[in-house]
Amino acid sequence: MSAEHRRYLSRLRRKNRLVLITRLLLLAALIALWECAGRLGLCDPFIVSSPARVLETIGGLYAANDLFPHILTTFSETAAGFLSGTAIGVGIAVLLWFCPFAERVLDPYLVVLNALPKIALGPILIVWVGAGAEAIIVMALLVSTVVTVMTVLSGFMETPPGLMRLMRTLGASRTQTFIKAVLPSSVPTIMSALKISVGMSWVGVIVGEYLVSKRGLGYLIVYGGQVFKLDLVMASIVILCALAAVMYYAVAAFEKRINRRFGR
Amino acid sequence: MLEDMIAQLDNVSLIYHEPSRETKAVSSLCLAVRRGEFVSIVGPSGCGKTSVLSLLSGLYPPSEGSVRVLGLTPAEARSRVGYMLQRDELLEWRTIERNVLLGLEIKKRLTRESREKAMELLEKYGLGDFKRAYPAALSGGMRQKAALIRTLAFGPELLLLDEPFSALDYQTRLMLEDEVRTIIKQGGLTAILVTHDISEAIAMSDRVAVFSSRPARVKREFEVRLPGSAFERRSAEGFSRLFDEIWKELDHDERGA
Repeated sequence: MSAEHRRYLSRLRRKNRLVLITRLLLLAALIALWECAGRLGLCDPFIVSSPARVLETIGGLYAANDLFPHILTTFSETAAGFLSGTAIGVGIAVLLWFCPFAERVLDPYLVVLNALPKIALGPILIVWVGAGAEAIIVMALLVSTVVTVMTVLSGFMETPPGLMRLMRTLGASRTQTFIKAVLPSSVPTIMSALKISVGMSWVGVIVGEYLVSKRGLGYLIVYGGQVFKLDLVMASIVILCALAAVMYYAVAAFEKRINRRFGR
Repeated sequence: MLEDMIAQLDNVSLIYHEPSRETKAVSSLCLAVRRGEFVSIVGPSGCGKTSVLSLLSGLYPPSEGSVRVLGLTPAEARSRVGYMLQRDELLEWRTIERNVLLGLEIKKRLTRESREKAMELLEKYGLGDFKRAYPAALSGGMRQKAALIRTLAFGPELLLLDEPFSALDYQTRLMLEDEVRTIIKQGGLTAILVTHDISEAIAMSDRVAVFSSRPARVKREFEVRLPGSAFERRSAEGFSRLFDEIWKELDHDERGA
């Protein structure tokens, strides 16, 4: 390694470190600002809460053995919605790829379904599947399925034409073309669909919990709002942020691993 | 005599249909290729050269006339025809070894023997060390060579080459032309090469068919009787005379386009 390359690498590392440090400082500054604003009387902590009160609330939930049940409820509902929504979405996309006629017929229906705010279906879901965790999971599933179908199908359709021609000249059947060319070349698209879908599942679950639940972070937020315990609302949002970030980065790490295998 | 005809197009026309128009790509075209022959097709760009390969590989049926390959219809002969595309189209997620076996896999002819034969081809043409490598690790010329071996691996009797060198830099191109001609001649294969490069056509083939602008038909055919390899032929006596003759025969109405 030349001295110049070493200098280049260390410059690169320094820059990365600077970005990370600035990020953390920004977070610290925001938290400090939030705390000070309340203490200095710039705004009313009763309405905007404060970091200390958030921590205190989380501590209180933990002491009452309430923290993990709420987190677990929301987390498992999201995971269930995300996994089933993705599986069903990819499945439908595959079927539509195999049957271009159905794809053309159903295209406007998919577009409308995608444009429709799925939240509007909430009351119907409650009537149909009951006012419990099922309704919440179905909501998350609906929200993530439609977007998965659209993204994954467009990935299938955008298989490079040269690759399709190669498969035709080799005399490949439609199934062979799908398994050997279309599916593997769509892996990056499927992975980014997963990332979208995981975010969508959170939306579905929280909205679902607003509507029906007696447990979970969405429930805590609604409950806190109704009884004017803004500390509880803020605490739940902070936990939600952390959970959503963890799940997103887990999916992103999975994506990175898979993409390395299906390289590009 | 007849079974010596590997590919035969008789008064063939081909029309492409689109909602807004129809395009006559090929019109009353006659072309015959004998076993062991290397024929090049040159013509102005967009004249329908590739359409002829599509017809021979059975991707499209002719609108009129008859197409016979190895005495069969193109669809029946498909498993015995190899097609090499402009770009290598190697699957990035497969190793070179598994890329080369793709055709055999699809045709359900992957046996221990056919695999060994494919591996021999890789060794023979200098890609043995890259068996386990992914395509991204190979240069453009090596990738195109891997694509050729993928085509040769299932033992085709007729090779259709669709401007396979056009995406390569000049130096690689000269080297690969030379190598591919040697491979095809040594294997006693029949080949049809589509190209827009007159020098390439002369250097590689036994016969050059000059196509008219669209709709394509054969304007004139030239026998190439030059000695040596593709590379040596470029400096052989008579090369530039033949080049001039073919150049004059080509339609230049779209010059500057």
